[in-house]
Amino acid sequence: MGRITLSKVTKTFGDVEVIPPLDLKIEDGEFVVFVGPSGCGKSTLLRLIAGLEDVTSGEIEIDGTPATDLPPARRGLAMVFQSYALYPHMSVRKNIAFPLKMAKMDPAEQERRVLAAAKTLNLTDYLDRRPAQLSGGQRQRVAIGRAIVREPEAFLFDEPLSNLDAALRVNMRLEISELHQSLKTTMIYVTHDQVEAMTMADKIVVLRAGHIEQVGSPLELYRSPANLFVAGFIGSPKMNFITGAEAAKHGAHTIGIRPEHLAIAQEGGSWQGRVGVAEHLGSDTFLHVHVDGQDPLTVRVPGEAGYRHGDTVSLTPNLEHLHRFDDKGLALR
Amino acid sequence: MATAHSRAAARVMISPAVILLLGWMIIPLSMTVYFSFLSYNLLMPGMEEFIGFGNYEYFLTDPAFMEALINTLLLVGGVLAITIVGGVGLALLLDQPMWGQGIVRVLVIAPFFVMPTVSALVWKNMFMNPVNGLFAHMAKALGLPPFDFLAHAPLMSIIVIVAWQWLPFATLILLTALQSLDKEQLEAAEMDGASALDRFRFIVLPHMSRAITVVILIQTIFLLSVFAEILVTTNGGPGYASTNITYLVYAQSLLQFDVGGGSAGGIVAVILANIVAIFLMRMIGKNLEA
Amino acid sequence: MARRATGARKIVVTAIAWGVGLAIFFPILWTILTSFKTEAEAIASPPSFLAFEWTLENYVEVNSRSDYFLHFMNSVIISLGSTLLGLLIAIPAAWSMAFVPAKRTKDILMWMLSTKMLPPVGVLVPIYLMFRDFGLLDTRIGLIVVLTLINLPIIVWMLFTYFKEIPGEILEAARMDGASLWDEVVHVLTPMAVPGIASTLLLNIILAWNEAFWTLNLTAAKAAPLTAFIASYSSPEGLFYAKLSAASTLAIAPILILGWFSQKQLVRGLTFGAVK
Repeated sequence: MGRITLSKVTKTFGDVEVIPPLDLKIEDGEFVVFVGPSGCGKSTLLRLIAGLEDVTSGEIEIDGTPATDLPPARRGLAMVFQSYALYPHMSVRKNIAFPLKMAKMDPAEQERRVLAAAKTLNLTDYLDRRPAQLSGGQRQRVAIGRAIVREPEAFLFDEPLSNLDAALRVNMRLEISELHQSLKTTMIYVTHDQVEAMTMADKIVVLRAGHIEQVGSPLELYRSPANLFVAGFIGSPKMNFITGAEAAKHGAHTIGIRPEHLAIAQEGGSWQGRVGVAEHLGSDTFLHVHVDGQDPLTVRVPGEAGYRHGDTVSLTPNLEHLHRFDDKGLALR
Repeated sequence: MATAHSRAAARVMISPAVILLLGWMIIPLSMTVYFSFLSYNLLMPGMEEFIGFGNYEYFLTDPAFMEALINTLLLVGGVLAITIVGGVGLALLLDQPMWGQGIVRVLVIAPFFVMPTVSALVWKNMFMNPVNGLFAHMAKALGLPPFDFLAHAPLMSIIVIVAWQWLPFATLILLTALQSLDKEQLEAAEMDGASALDRFRFIVLPHMSRAITVVILIQTIFLLSVFAEILVTTNGGPGYASTNITYLVYAQSLLQFDVGGGSAGGIVAVILANIVAIFLMRMIGKNLEA
Repeated sequence: MARRATGARKIVVTAIAWGVGLAIFFPILWTILTSFKTEAEAIASPPSFLAFEWTLENYVEVNSRSDYFLHFMNSVIISLGSTLLGLLIAIPAAWSMAFVPAKRTKDILMWMLSTKMLPPVGVLVPIYLMFRDFGLLDTRIGLIVVLTLINLPIIVWMLFTYFKEIPGEILEAARMDGASLWDEVVHVLTPMAVPGIASTLLLNIILAWNEAFWTLNLTAAKAAPLTAFIASYSSPEGLFYAKLSAASTLAIAPILILGWFSQKQLVRGLTFGAVK
């Protein structure tokens, strides 16, 4: 089924090397998320897998057969685009049926599959509408419908939720996860949003400048980030970083501690500071604490904790969750 | 998208257009350059000889050239002045809420679709004719002597005719630009205490300045080549009073059969047009990047 | 602005706008009215505006002259022929520039535009001589070729700006969905491009129909389209106002109607996308 292997894949545009040699294995049925800041090459990597871009060198295998030179349509993959890329002149029904029509499938079977997909995606009432008459979330579902009717080896998602508003995004996140549970098909999902990556992925691939920084399950990345970049990228709010003498005490160039791993007290802790802005989220409160001689530290406290601007507090890191990094930014174990 | 296969196909698809235009530009233009250095008259075949810059000297020192150059500038400048001022005014007017806006728009745009020979003839005969023209009737009704526009103010008359044809173009483009102005900007300015006149000067006009430049440049390209209107109304006369460079070159080459002199004039016209074209291309090129 | 225009203001604006609009339109209106008058009424002083005896005799006469129909057909054939030929050459070029942009695409576009800046009079002499030598003077085919070439840059540009608006992702989606290049063109690109192609066609027919430099210089009796034919009314036939008006009305009517459909495209086509 959907096993995808990249070996020594590179991509250059002109003189610019977007993807330096890269190896990656994606197992059948996995939900893999490529995450990284914009311009990190994650979309390019997805398009290389899709066949929409030619690799400069290296090999791509899908299910053990070489796919490097196959045109996109023959790779057995389906893709959901950021803009949805629905055909504006076709009804929802025709949009979903298009890949089947291209495969010259029997019309009765086409109709059966379209109806089944529409039922799964709650689109039954909209089959005769044009894309322009649909809401953002509905368009998104049509794009997914067009992908699932083909019963592909793997689904490719290119930042599919970035055009939706926040509430809808959470919904669609759940729907896509649900879909993965029921179809058990390999899914490769590109996003710049680490929350999407953490909540949806079986396996996260963190990319920076075309390099894979770390591959692992969400919790692995959270618990033991391989370097400063991953440590700062995964987790919200961001991990606090401290350098200098405080770090040296722990035998590291830089130490990192997540906001949720700082204990707070009136006094008697390791670092004294004054509360700056307090962000109340209801369930939690994030305090920005100013400590002399350091960057402000973010601390997570329970929502009802009564700290206010200007209060003096004392912070103590939970040493079990302290991350240590060397001068090259690599994690010390 | 950009795979090697599609790139090769793209090159094949683009080549007919490129080759044809290349041929259209290079072959006749180089012939014109070549002829411009010859003494070559169609009435004296077989007498062609190389005379260097003789044709240019002849063409540029001909008093008719100076007159035609001035006429060309007056024609271009006059039409531009009328169409820009009128176009801005009309665009502002048509942007207001009113009844029957669509119909008024259609009425204003209509002259652009009238072929040049028709508009020239209609103006010449039915309006400017000193005996039976509508203007003559109006003068009579007011007790004034009729005025023979094309005989006594030929260039002015042609400017009016051409301006009438191009006013819709300027209006349409300026109106399009005006409608793309973010209305919130105007509301912000109003909140900031700007009067209607201030809003026009500091917000509307700067917003339209780009469109105005485009109108000026594109119209200039076309106005440098005004031909049919002159041919039909005055034949460039009386004397050279309404001859522009285009018409002068036409007369030199196809009426006096002086291929060499006409070609030299043609090259002069090309150089003049290029000066405008460089500015225009720069603007459009910038837009292509944005 | 989201504000109630007061009734009075709207009435004043409407009155002014209609007044100005009718004034600008008046020469055309006057031509149309005159075409329904007798020759005597056409030059009557004072002229009557509507209170005249309406007649169709001018149209009958203009049409009964065998040559009018010939010139009308010349206009149709030349403008349609040059437009279709132009589209045939321009569609593949614009398609490839919009969807497979290369490093030099921008330069090619600008260069194409620059050919449009070449004043026709700069190449009048050699074109005239070539036409003479190849027997193309006063032929429809010769004129079709010239008009195709002078309008080709505009056609390419207009199509390019339309094609550019078709998101590339849609074509990629089609490719992922298993569409061959042919399927892509038939099922996706063409339906999405048809409106743009149609407006390009429309604008170009208008431009070709009204072109009056090459048509006047390269045709005589046989292949002359209406532009050149009407010019022959310059004298002394032009003094027959009613007939001149009827011939003019017939010559401009089809284009006025097409033109009203293509106001928006006019802006895009003639400014090369510089004003949107």
